Amino acid sequence: MPKTMFQKVWEQHEVAPETADTPAVLYIDLHLIHEVTTPQAFEVLRQRGLSVRRTDRTLATMDHSTPTRTEQVFGGVPVTGTAAARQVQQLASNCSAAGIELLDMRSNLRGIVHIIGPELGLTRPGRTIVCGDSHTSTHGAFGALAFGIGTTEVGHVLATQCLLQRKPKTFAINVNQKLRPGVTAKDLVLAIIGQIGVEGGTGHVLEYRGEAVRALNMEERMTMCNMSIEAGARAGMIAPDETTFSYLADKPRSPHGADWERAVERWRALPTDPGAVFDREHTLDAALLEPMISYGTHPGMVIPINGSVPDRKGDPVFDKALAYMGFAAGEALLDRPVNVVFIGSCTNGRLGDLRSAAQLLRGRKVASTVRMLVVPGSQQVKAAAEAEGLDRIFIDAGADWRESGCSMCIGMNGDTVARGEYSVSTSNRNFEGRQGAGARTLLASPLTAAASAIRGRITDPRDLL
Amino acid sequence: MDKITTIRSRTVVLPATNIDTDQIIPARFLTTTTRSGLGQQLFSDWRYAPDGSPKGEFVLNQPQAAGCQVLVAGRNFGCGSSREHAPWALLDYGFRAVISTEIADIFRNNSLKNGLLPIVIDEDTSRWLIGNPGTEVCIDLAQSTLQLANGLTVSFPIDPFARYCLMNGVDELGFLLQQQERIAAYEQRHKDN
Repeated sequence: MPKTMFQKVWEQHEVAPETADTPAVLYIDLHLIHEVTTPQAFEVLRQRGLSVRRTDRTLATMDHSTPTRTEQVFGGVPVTGTAAARQVQQLASNCSAAGIELLDMRSNLRGIVHIIGPELGLTRPGRTIVCGDSHTSTHGAFGALAFGIGTTEVGHVLATQCLLQRKPKTFAINVNQKLRPGVTAKDLVLAIIGQIGVEGGTGHVLEYRGEAVRALNMEERMTMCNMSIEAGARAGMIAPDETTFSYLADKPRSPHGADWERAVERWRALPTDPGAVFDREHTLDAALLEPMISYGTHPGMVIPINGSVPDRKGDPVFDKALAYMGFAAGEALLDRPVNVVFIGSCTNGRLGDLRSAAQLLRGRKVASTVRMLVVPGSQQVKAAAEAEGLDRIFIDAGADWRESGCSMCIGMNGDTVARGEYSVSTSNRNFEGRQGAGARTLLASPLTAAASAIRGRITDPRDLL
Repeated sequence: MDKITTIRSRTVVLPATNIDTDQIIPARFLTTTTRSGLGQQLFSDWRYAPDGSPKGEFVLNQPQAAGCQVLVAGRNFGCGSSREHAPWALLDYGFRAVISTEIADIFRNNSLKNGLLPIVIDEDTSRWLIGNPGTEVCIDLAQSTLQLANGLTVSFPIDPFARYCLMNGVDELGFLLQQQERIAAYEQRHKDN
């Protein structure tokens, strides 16, 4: 019986299969933890006298509520906000007590949790990976089964390295043809969410397939899988191939020598078998896509950048979203002024994203009316960008170049957008208030964000390429 | 966790679709290191003006919302982040069940683990509930049914294991801890991953 990649990974991790009465006991190969969703989980372990079962399968970092200003990260200037500081300290003391490796504020390996797993070589094909963060779906780009969990489940994994799970359904997203120049993986995934809807993937694990997906590099695949949760999906996966193996080959914690050979052999058996049946399928043509931008208050409210805001007469929720954004039905978004541009996040904070933005900003200036923040996804991304001079391009253009973290994607660390301001952001959520109370977020690719920063207005990046 | 058998309460209605966890509890309140006290900040940006004063038009600020334990919401409630702070905030405020035609996966999981009932119903029932705010409903967990004041009783899906845990006030961690031998055996067989 032919199997999907998801079925194979799932079955390989069943400690006990599900029955009518009980969910499956699913083994977790890698547990990533951070400061925001773990304090209450460690507290439960303490109350019940439990220890962490597999510290060697647990890795901690600090990213959500951490500062991005260099003087705060390295200069002894305190973390803004006593609550955030307490949270960061608690993670450090919890990790130290349990014996969990922590990439702390001074580590040159620290970064957003979904950026560091892959760059360390801990994110691998066929693994089960969880984290108390919904964008854990990112790691599915390697053919891992990776999904976000709540704090109670973080406690379950700390104590038992397992989760109780019902088997989700499968959903193939077939992307034919190839993306055209100026149209990125971010545009592709925004288009998919626009088509299947923000609840279109609920209860399902997506598998992105087809020519356009095969042509993407690993960073671009991560951008796609990252936003699977924005379609409501449990996870997103892409079959491992030579692109995957060559990305992992030189990563510090990837298997080496004979272990590497054995691992690659295992990984080659993971892709979905010919003839395997998905519960659902959706097909689209990448060559027809334009750069996409969001106009509303969830990531399914997207249009091609040269399109106009749709009209849904009589839908009060839709009208409320437009009122929040200050847009009118039928209006074009091109050339509307913007106040803030944010390049970063677990969606678009990797080296390729920074290169893509820098490509447009080289020799140009950020408009005087725009505040632009560039936040690398990890300290390793930051170092690599600086090694090739990208930081100079951003700084010379007038952008703010920061230390790594979630930053303005979630606004927990004080990097926020002011009430009423328009922010073209490479992040993943345009929910009301996501980037700060009253902030108006327009989701887009790094190219579109950089082009809009230069013009001070929403801009089709192909005008500047 | 308290045992749950039935919940009888009037409803509060938030008809909006796609109510995300950033609306339920904005990210700036996630720096807490405990589970308690988040009810104050539930729906903060819908509930309070920028100066902190309550917005009179928001349903939770109206007198009829007092004491209601059941929230009826539009399709795809709880989408967005994995923050368990969302069900913690709803429970701390006093809600014990959320009813919608679709409830996001992670939010539903988190709710079940904290004793907040995620109840998924059909479009017709939803339309009636949204059209009759404040109506009294009775949720019977053993029967997995929702009784309405119009005389109808509709059943809702719930995982039997989750229902067992909720009705008996037991948590899943205890069950997982009983699996230690099987987990150890699995680890012996799968050292490569």
